Amino acid sequence: MHYLMSVELDQSGPGPTDEERERNLARVGAVNDRMKSAGIWVFAGGLLPYDSATVVRVENGSTTMTDGPFAETKEQLAGFWVIEVDDLDAALAWAERCAEACEAPIEVRPFDGLA
Amino acid sequence: MVELRSASSPAVDLTSVYRAEYGRCVATVARLLGDIGLAEEAVQDAFAVATERWGEEVPPDNPGAWIVTTARRRAIDRLRRESTREARHTQALLLHGPDEDEEVGPVRDDQLRLIFTCCHPALSPLAQTALTLRLLGGLEVPEIARAYVVPEATISQRIVRAKKKIRDAGIPYRVPGEAELPARLPPVLTVLYLVFNEGYTATAGPLLRTDLSAEAVRLARALADLMPDEPEVLGLLALLLLTEARRPARVGPSGELVTLAEQDRTLWDRALIAEGHELVRRCLRRDRPGPYQIQAAIGAVHTDGPATDWPQVLALYDQLLALVPTPIVALNRAVALAEVQGPAVALAAVEELDIPGYHLLPATRADLLARLGRVDEARAAYDEALALAGNDTERAFLQDRRARLAP
Repeated sequence: MHYLMSVELDQSGPGPTDEERERNLARVGAVNDRMKSAGIWVFAGGLLPYDSATVVRVENGSTTMTDGPFAETKEQLAGFWVIEVDDLDAALAWAERCAEACEAPIEVRPFDGLA
Repeated sequence: MVELRSASSPAVDLTSVYRAEYGRCVATVARLLGDIGLAEEAVQDAFAVATERWGEEVPPDNPGAWIVTTARRRAIDRLRRESTREARHTQALLLHGPDEDEEVGPVRDDQLRLIFTCCHPALSPLAQTALTLRLLGGLEVPEIARAYVVPEATISQRIVRAKKKIRDAGIPYRVPGEAELPARLPPVLTVLYLVFNEGYTATAGPLLRTDLSAEAVRLARALADLMPDEPEVLGLLALLLLTEARRPARVGPSGELVTLAEQDRTLWDRALIAEGHELVRRCLRRDRPGPYQIQAAIGAVHTDGPATDWPQVLALYDQLLALVPTPIVALNRAVALAEVQGPAVALAAVEELDIPGYHLLPATRADLLARLGRVDEARAAYDEALALAGNDTERAFLQDRRARLAP
C-alpha cells in the first residue's frame, strides 16, 4: 500500500536557525537513505514556507488568484513522504523515524489510488 | 435464543454456543477472508442457518468448526453474487487459501490476531473497546451501548468507522512481533481491564454487570494461555480473578454494597483465589514487575488469611505509585495509608489530590473526616460524592454512610 506521511509544522513563530536547519536536513537525509535502501521510498520533498503559496480558484468560468495558503491555520504542511509498504504498522514504524528526524508530528494517510 | 434438542445429543443451547464460539469463529473466518467486516457477516449468516437447522437435524459435534465451514461457504457464495472487482480478488484469496507459512509473530492464533487488530493504537479507545466486545465477545450493539451509557448510534458508528479504518488504512491482521509488543500489548490489557471494571462497578444503573466481567475474564484467560511468557498478561488475569473471587461478598442481601472489612470472607470463591495466587507466584518468580502484577499482588494480600496485611498493601501501593504516578493510584494508596498510619496522615495525602468528576475522591475524604470526628466536613464531602456517583448501589452506600454520621 502507498501512504502519505506529512509533516505539519507551526510556522507562525520564528523559523529555525541555520544550525537547526542543517541538523534537521542531515537527519531527514539519513531517513531518506534508509527508506531507499529498504526499497520503500517513492517520493519525498520539503516545502518552502507557506508565505510562498498561491491559491488558484476557478468559479463560474472565471479564475482568481490569491496570495497565501488555502487554510489560514497555525499548522501548515511543511513536507511529505510517499512510501510503499505492506501495511499500516510498517508505515507507522517509518513515521516514528520521520517524526524523530523532523521533531514534528507526522500524519499518516493511505492513498485511495495512484495515477 | 431457542434451546435445541435432538434424539442422540443432549440439548444444544445456541446462546451458549454463540457466546463461546462467536469470537473464535469471526477470528478464524477473518483470517480466511482477510476482511473482518465480511467475516462478521458470514459468521452471522452461519449462526442464522444453525438456528434453522439444528432444531431439525442432529447438531454437529463441533459447532464451532461447523460455523466456520458454513461461514466460509456463505462468504464465497456472497462474493460470487456480488462479483465486484474487489470481491473477485478476495474470492481468489479464499480459494487459494491463506499462506500458512507466513510469519505472524511469536504466537499463531486467530483470536489473538483479532484482539491485537481490535485494540490497534490507530483506533480510538472507545472504538477499541466496542470492537473487542462486538467481535470477540459477540455482544450486540445495544448491550455495549448500555454498558458504556452512550447512545446505540454512537457505538454502531464507532464500530463501522473502526472496521472501515482497519480495511482502508491497512491495519494488519496479525500478532505483533516481539519488538512491537511493548507498544501494542498495553492497549489490549487496558481494554480487558476496562471491560472487567465496567462489569464490576457499572458507571450507571445497578452495580454489577456479570456478563461483561465474565467476558473480560474469558478473554484474559485466552490471552494468558496464548502469551504465557508475558508477566503483565498473567498479572492482569490474576488481578481479574482475585477481584472476581470477592464478587459474591461484595453486595449484601438487599443489594447494598459491603466494604472489604465487612465482607463475609466465607463467600469468596476459593478456587479463583487459589488460581490467582498461583499466577501471582509465577509473576514473582519472573521478577519483571508491572502495574497489573502489582495490583494483582495487592489483591493476593487482601485474599490471603483471615485479615488484610495493610503494611504490605501499603508497600505495594508505594511500588505501584512509583510506576504509575496518577492521582487515582495515590488515592488508593491513601486508603492503605489510613490503615497503617491513621486517618489524619491519609487525609493530608488525599487533600493534595485533584481528580475532577471522580466520586471516590470526596467519598474517601468523607470517610477519613468521619473517622477523625469532623462530622460537618464529612457530611459535605458525602454530598459532593453523591452528586458525582452514577451507580445506584454506590449512591445508596454513600447515603447510608452519611446518615450514620453523628448529628
